[in-house]
Amino acid sequence: MRVTAIMIGLAAIPAVVLGGWYATRAGNQTAFAACSTSATGAAIGGPFTLVSETGATVTDAEVLAQPSLVYFGFTFCPDVCPVDTVRNAEAVDLLAAQGYDVQPVFITVDPERDTSDALAEYTDLIHPRMLGLTGTVDQVRAAAQAYKAYFNKQDTGDEYYLVDHTTFTYLMLPGHGFVEFFRRDVPAETLAETAACFLDAAG
Amino acid sequence: MKPTLLAAIAATLFATSASAEDTAIQVENPYVFETARMAKAGGGFVTLTNTGDGPDTLLEVRADVPKVEIHRTLMQDGRAMMRPAGAIEIGAGETVSLEPGGLHIMFMGLPDPFELGETVPVTLVFEHAGEVEIDMPVVKRVVQGHDTMGHGAGHGHGNGGNN
Repeated sequence: MRVTAIMIGLAAIPAVVLGGWYATRAGNQTAFAACSTSATGAAIGGPFTLVSETGATVTDAEVLAQPSLVYFGFTFCPDVCPVDTVRNAEAVDLLAAQGYDVQPVFITVDPERDTSDALAEYTDLIHPRMLGLTGTVDQVRAAAQAYKAYFNKQDTGDEYYLVDHTTFTYLMLPGHGFVEFFRRDVPAETLAETAACFLDAAG
Repeated sequence: MKPTLLAAIAATLFATSASAEDTAIQVENPYVFETARMAKAGGGFVTLTNTGDGPDTLLEVRADVPKVEIHRTLMQDGRAMMRPAGAIEIGAGETVSLEPGGLHIMFMGLPDPFELGETVPVTLVFEHAGEVEIDMPVVKRVVQGHDTMGHGAGHGHGNGGNN
């Protein structure tokens, strides 16, 4: 009789643990939904291997070990990218002032011109914490595909080509992955507010 | 009419180089974003008003860099595209603003970066107003003010462009 009781008790533990885990995840989803300002059902994000601005090869697990705002752009972009990356940098500063530590990330869609050194210089100008990522053409394409980030090089036959690219910023949280995206017209304050909501909900 | 007066009028009409004050084109708020040290491209912005009685066209832009063109940023479904804009028409009394998100002067193949404190001399070539030389100060990259863009909001903009 006692053995049976103990057996039942032991069997219940995994159920309680699993139930608790599931409830937390479900709770997270509900809390996230309350924070969301966009409607997206797309599965964004995935594994990538890129080369950081220091020249080191890094994986998504390493880069996204902390909350991150990820943007795809290129340094030969004089109008859109400077504005969007600065907006992200301002959001990062607003969040830091509230005690949230978020890392701005800049993944190039122009790996042929954007070397690690070029990215290091570019990101330093935008924000000291901004991490630039490049790689081989295949590595960059794989990362962009994981994020459904479109880009298209406009071949002019010279070194002055431009690259069309989507301009969304993706909020990635460790343990959760993609939670939200922001269009370029979202002001820094709104982005920071929404990000803070998600960070609170993530617990 | 006196010959000298006629000559003077003719000289003014056929002048091919002018400062902004001599032409019907009013230049306001020119600026260029500072660039990283290794950057090969830069963007310039300015507001142009045609105070004349007839339309004019901005044909091209010249600067001391290998390649300079006027580009237009187009947004489609969150996708940014930049394309050469071709000639820009400015009707009589109209204002055309080259500002972030729209038209900009694209400087390509920069031999040196654009640094804060510098000004970039640029020549705007108009069909009727001719060559208009302006100085574009280098400013820090900040997100333009939330009210209106390119109207002096933000930090570090130079004062007007009528040099």
